[in-house]
Amino acid sequence: MAKLSSEDTKHVAKLAQLNLSEEEIKKFTIQLSNVLDYITQLNKIDTKDIQPTSQTTDLKNVYKEDKIDATRILTQEEALSGKDDTINGFFVVPRIIKK
Amino acid sequence: MILPKTIKETKERLIRKEFSCVQLVDSYLSNINSKNKELNAVLTISDEIAYRDAKKADEIIKNLGEEAFNEFPLLGVTVIHKDIFLTKGVRTTAASKLLENYVPVYSATVVNKLEKAGCIMLGKANCDAWAHGSSGENSDFGPTKNPHNQKYVPGGSSSGSASAVAANFSLISTATDTCGSTRLPANFCGLVGLKPTYGAVSRYGCIAMASSLDSMGHITSSVEDSRKIFNVTKGPDGFDATVARHSGIPVKDKLTIGVPNEFFVNGLDKEIVKNINEVKTKYESLGVKFKEISLPHTKYAISAYYIIQPAEVSSNLGRYDGIRFGDSRNKFGDEAKRRIMLGTYVLSAGYYDAYYLKAMKARTIISKEVYKTFDEVDAIIAPVSPTLPFKLGEKVSDPLKMYLTDIFAATANLSGIPSIAIPSGFAKNKLPLGFQLMGPRFGEDILFKLGEMYERN
Repeated sequence: MAKLSSEDTKHVAKLAQLNLSEEEIKKFTIQLSNVLDYITQLNKIDTKDIQPTSQTTDLKNVYKEDKIDATRILTQEEALSGKDDTINGFFVVPRIIKK
Repeated sequence: MILPKTIKETKERLIRKEFSCVQLVDSYLSNINSKNKELNAVLTISDEIAYRDAKKADEIIKNLGEEAFNEFPLLGVTVIHKDIFLTKGVRTTAASKLLENYVPVYSATVVNKLEKAGCIMLGKANCDAWAHGSSGENSDFGPTKNPHNQKYVPGGSSSGSASAVAANFSLISTATDTCGSTRLPANFCGLVGLKPTYGAVSRYGCIAMASSLDSMGHITSSVEDSRKIFNVTKGPDGFDATVARHSGIPVKDKLTIGVPNEFFVNGLDKEIVKNINEVKTKYESLGVKFKEISLPHTKYAISAYYIIQPAEVSSNLGRYDGIRFGDSRNKFGDEAKRRIMLGTYVLSAGYYDAYYLKAMKARTIISKEVYKTFDEVDAIIAPVSPTLPFKLGEKVSDPLKMYLTDIFAATANLSGIPSIAIPSGFAKNKLPLGFQLMGPRFGEDILFKLGEMYERN
């Protein structure tokens, strides 16, 4: 029923920024189709007029004071510590604009 | 040295000077060094920090004596953190090659709270990469083994957390539970695993999997210890807006446990059925009543879960671009890729309503049904898993089969209620058996009371 084509898999991989090999595309197409097949059993539930649940806490609009608290902020050195390739306090990113 | 089995025993023997905290650390680390090669439960050993904190704890006990434990209720309690919890200055990998060399600059709230209460961290536990899995076999650093029988999986995703406590590498461990990832490994390793109410324990500083489902749990050898750890980790921290200040639901003298017939269906292992019947008999002899209940929609929980969870996973793992920390997205393993793909698909144009919105509506129906049950009963009993622990490699090539391992876990995560896995003996093949008790939101004390009744009698 919910059958994915290898084109679908390629499209989704592109959206998710994943580089997949031809072999992976073949494998994931089958595996994901099986999972989708299983979960379509949800269609047996009547959800007419039911509100969706996105979280279960019952909390609404939790505010905090709009005030800068230095103890909650990473220093520039800390923020950059995860990478070796930084220049003058900046992260190096891939070029997205052509020369 | 014979290692203590509980927090109480650790405290009493420290007070009696039977051992020091430094000697405790010596013993646990020597267990890790001699057995971790086989079990692969621990990814990073933080021995320097362990000895620093042990010396500090010994000093406190020397100065304050017994009173030290008023201010530091977990003084001398060793902990191994699932490698999903950030630990400042100690490598945190999520068991993924993508974060192989990542050293966090801050610690998770749970880590900080335990440290403040006197816990001594020994290291970081292996797990399924990004907490995706039910067997531990999805770790990019190799599978963890079950100490009861190394041919079997310890359960996942908190595989190393359970294996480590069962192998006496540490007294307690931290774990996370998005769909059974604390309860299943505790169950497969003969231990107690708590999945707290969503919003009871801060998620701050934990590598997010599915943000509306992730619960910060822990694994201990007893229910009594599980309660003590929860009393330290719970409560608001000002960093996770979903955490509520809640004093917990009051516990009645006479308790009734609901038995949902939908959780005792065909396909459930016969030894598990027999064992849970014995558990019921024991409870009845202690004055607990049982009542048959019906939760007809919970059989759809795993389907709703396998839409909501991957959707949230695909969003949370979107941040790993290798720019600010970690390696490139090419380092994601197969299971992470599968879930990112599935999540991206169910959220993509044309499929959102059919899958994601449908699942969120199903979540409403399942949750309401469960909440209503607690008008009639104080807790719900169910199996943790439909099968006994399985062998390494048995389900690894069939993702759907692996996903269905957690068919009884999903209800608690979707509805945000607490659940505790409690060991209840051994099967014929000498592997652990257990059961889970679910309670109303913020009903942890009911679960602890029932759990302690069972383990004391």
